[in-house]
Amino acid sequence: MDVTSPFLFLGRSPVKTTSLNQTHRDMNAKMVDFGGWDMPLHYGSQLDEHHQVRSDAGMFDVSHMLAVDIKGEVARAFFRRLIANNVDKLTQPGKALYTCMLNPRGGVIDDLIIYFLTESHFRMVVNAGTADKDMAWMLAQRDQLAPGLEIVPRRDLAMIAVQGPNGRAKVWQVIAGAQAATENLKLFQAVTYDKYFIARTGYTGEDGFEIMLPANDAAGFWHALHAAGVAPAGLGARDTLRLEAGMNLYGQDMDETTSPLESGLTWTVDLKSDRDFIGKQALLEMPVKQQLIGLILLERGVLRSHQKVATRYDGDEGTGEITSGGFSPTLNQSIALARLPLSVSPGDEVQVSVRDKMLRAKAVKYPFVRNGKSLV
Amino acid sequence: MSIPNNLKYTKSHEWVRLEDDGIVTVGITPHAQELLGDMVFVETPDIGRKLDQGEECAVVESVKAAADVYAPISGEVTAANPDLETAPEKINQDAYAAWLFKLRPVNVADLNNLLDAAGYQKLLESEED
Repeated sequence: MDVTSPFLFLGRSPVKTTSLNQTHRDMNAKMVDFGGWDMPLHYGSQLDEHHQVRSDAGMFDVSHMLAVDIKGEVARAFFRRLIANNVDKLTQPGKALYTCMLNPRGGVIDDLIIYFLTESHFRMVVNAGTADKDMAWMLAQRDQLAPGLEIVPRRDLAMIAVQGPNGRAKVWQVIAGAQAATENLKLFQAVTYDKYFIARTGYTGEDGFEIMLPANDAAGFWHALHAAGVAPAGLGARDTLRLEAGMNLYGQDMDETTSPLESGLTWTVDLKSDRDFIGKQALLEMPVKQQLIGLILLERGVLRSHQKVATRYDGDEGTGEITSGGFSPTLNQSIALARLPLSVSPGDEVQVSVRDKMLRAKAVKYPFVRNGKSLV
Repeated sequence: MSIPNNLKYTKSHEWVRLEDDGIVTVGITPHAQELLGDMVFVETPDIGRKLDQGEECAVVESVKAAADVYAPISGEVTAANPDLETAPEKINQDAYAAWLFKLRPVNVADLNNLLDAAGYQKLLESEED
């Protein structure tokens, strides 16, 4: 038996741990090296954890992601230049914005969320694997554009995502008084309550909260959620949930060499306003030839990233590649996101090269699953 | 994890059992299924296919990983486990019961080249480091 998996980085010793590391081990987590972080893959069954999130409530340690506070009067002006989405959509305190940060060639340095707290205080959350380069990039831009601006990484905070139809109610059981403070939060809104920063966001396609709190309090909070019936869930379930929800994964679905306009992220790029953000010129000059589209496998097997896709269109113009693929526990069949020519439409049949075979798949609009229900 | 004495093992984590009729049964070990996690797809070799020792002949895929399974010894495929097409999770439930395929060995003495239970136990301990 010979294993190939993005989750198995054998022979490299993990270096970084979150404040919940011992807690995961105490709960019998299978730990893996995830981009240099020692993180839980699952706590017994990745499938059970997936279904638990879709049907009830599950929790993820996402403390490997980095919160960064941006402080200063010029914060908003800085973001007008730094990010591809329009920061001026953020008018209400607590509102969040999903955006890409681009390089001058229009490639994606990272995808991230920005919370507007006050005119002189925004908070970003960036990916774990890109945190160091993001910080270096932002500090370099800061020095040019906004020398007085403070950019403060918050490794003192833990982040726990509680996701699922019963996720919010479970959090309300655990944090006294939180219900009144958060029950009127709309999607993509956040509020500070006591020592918690509570956002109605997530990466699963289910309702729920992502909660930041002092790292020293994380284990106690985790155990209280567990006692309230929230199941611990690992990175494995997180990946199948986000794929079903049609959410991009940095490094697979887009990176510094791909345009957000060919990565299913056009909706996050503000080409309408006359604002000049980094990467805008390159995007305007680059022809858009490809798209991210969903695939459903029509035969037995499992779609995986980097498998080649052939369409009925000829030559190189007609081929593409799976960027994220896997087994959908909710649909009980294999699904994928693929970067394919613009000529491919939902409903078209394509062929995917899986080992020595060509398997039939159908192109579909994604997301595949939202709020526990199949959309395909 | 139990490592029965009546089985032989490969370095690539297949188990092999010699049956009374001279046929050998092949599966993957509990260690292998634990490494892979929840199984979602199994592809077994066609009956009648002649395999050389070490040849890729089956695929097991879990939610996150794909793994090739190799022929532990040379032989001809006489059966494939039909249950696994619809219930691949049986490998997770009992890896020794959920056999993948059966072979008629070219030379049954080839089994002597495989690991015994003690040898496989040692292999697992060395992989833990």
